[in-house]
Amino acid sequence: MVDINKLEFGIETFGDIVANEDGSVKTAAESIRQIIHEGEIADQYGIDVIGVGEHHRPDYSVSSPEIVLGAIASVTKNIKLATAVTVLSSDDPVRVYERFATLDGLSNGRAQVMLGRGSFTESFPLFGYDLTDYDDLFNEKLELYKKLQAETPVTWSGKFRASLKNQEVYPKTEKGELETYIGIGGSPESIIRAARFGYKVILAIIGGQADRFKPYIDLYHQAAKKYDMPEYPIAVHSHGFIADDGDDAKKVAFKNIKANFDRIGLTRGWAPMSREQFDGETKNGSFYVGTPEVVAQRIARTIDLLGLGRFDLVYGAGNQTAAQRERMIELFGTKVIPRVKEILTEKEAAK
Amino acid sequence: MTIKRVGIIGAGKVGIVLAGLALNAGYEVRISGSGSTEKIDLTIKTLVPGAIAAENEEVVANSDIIILAIPLSRYRNIDAGLFKNKLVIDATNYWWETDGIREEVLSPDSTSSEQVQAYFKDATIVKGFNHMGYHNLQEEAHAKGDAKRKALFITGDNHEAVDTVAQFVDTMGFDQIVHYNLADGIMTEPGSPLFGASLNYEDLKQIIDHFDETEFCKKVAASKFNE
Repeated sequence: MVDINKLEFGIETFGDIVANEDGSVKTAAESIRQIIHEGEIADQYGIDVIGVGEHHRPDYSVSSPEIVLGAIASVTKNIKLATAVTVLSSDDPVRVYERFATLDGLSNGRAQVMLGRGSFTESFPLFGYDLTDYDDLFNEKLELYKKLQAETPVTWSGKFRASLKNQEVYPKTEKGELETYIGIGGSPESIIRAARFGYKVILAIIGGQADRFKPYIDLYHQAAKKYDMPEYPIAVHSHGFIADDGDDAKKVAFKNIKANFDRIGLTRGWAPMSREQFDGETKNGSFYVGTPEVVAQRIARTIDLLGLGRFDLVYGAGNQTAAQRERMIELFGTKVIPRVKEILTEKEAAK
Repeated sequence: MTIKRVGIIGAGKVGIVLAGLALNAGYEVRISGSGSTEKIDLTIKTLVPGAIAAENEEVVANSDIIILAIPLSRYRNIDAGLFKNKLVIDATNYWWETDGIREEVLSPDSTSSEQVQAYFKDATIVKGFNHMGYHNLQEEAHAKGDAKRKALFITGDNHEAVDTVAQFVDTMGFDQIVHYNLADGIMTEPGSPLFGASLNYEDLKQIIDHFDETEFCKKVAASKFNE
């Protein structure tokens, strides 16, 4: 059952380059400053979490999300500061923990780590890792991170990093532990791994109907029981765009989500997105696009269907203007979130 | 050949979806992961109840048709004699997240399914279930005659085997476009306009029949010419 009082709502950006009104694009530096402003307004609208991605590519502005989050921290009060995601496979878990513990300190305990394997290749050669070790790297580093999370002396050895012998990592956090999610795309193996380590889970649903994840969420709970680990409500992240007018929303979203999807497709080898595909995703699938009412209805349905504890909307895909991005955040905070809670309250009452 | 028992090698996203479709179509389904049965028991019980979790040998011994649904690069981890005299549908594709660098897993001078066939030389390989994404496969399987039905491209060198697979694909919920040439599998490899595409019979046929006009085909032809 969904606990409406504890439900969390987040926005996430991958740091896409922002467009000017005339269609030209801003610099990466300008785009980074725009995200700080968006974090500030998201906090004012009462959104619970902002997530910033890590990429090492020309089409995204942020490679060091903790620095961006640190700046957001200094102009906000309540919003949680998350990465979406930290590419743990090509990072050093010790440095990751130190950076986030620092962010947690300066933000009064608002840091949130989201660990993932990443869905791009650039960080591997950049930091001296072999793509062939993709899976092993992630497994090993998750194991070390789990030990670091206890904030006690660590003894550890593995294949990809120097051993640690009874070593302390600083600073310590005030709560004694960093809130940590693991971001997964939904292979059965990765769900069981997350449950076995005892992490919170955020599922990236980026294509198809949310319905098909229902059995996967059962699998997470079954696995947590099997390994005697804590069970947390699942979080979901999906793409979306909200505007006052439904047709405008679809027009902007199709142009930008398609551009983003097709550009990634070039390296992955998948075919360009068709209008039929976009419409399908918008109607029944994983794109939450339209007026606040339409988006609220669809988010409420997904939360109820999957019994979620949190829903994050990925915003700013492609090259959107600052005005489009800011209006979407405003509508999400002031219209969509209260409406989702209202719909869910009615649903619970009807049960 | 009558198919009653389906064996799926690979319990990842694709293997699970195909196991679900096969169960819905009324087949007896066995499925294996990369290790012991214990490792996939919970997954199978939860995601595709009714399918039997087993190890590779048991799956192969008890199946009329096999679907290879593992990361492409790992086919060499399987004993080359395992599929002796078996009909195997190759549903694999190169995908960097699971396969690493392409040049390290595939030779540039032939298609991936031809390389799989060369390795499992005593098996009959038919390429199928490659170009539609796994969630499209799951959501868009429909009964014959349904207006929303999508089509899959099936190809292989052995006519009888290809026809058997086409019939099987029909029962799984998809129309088929059939070629009798395993090398034509290039048409659904990553980079092709068909990779990731979920199309009905007419639209799929249109692209396949005019495949030589696609940018992808011209690029492949040019790289062959340069060698």
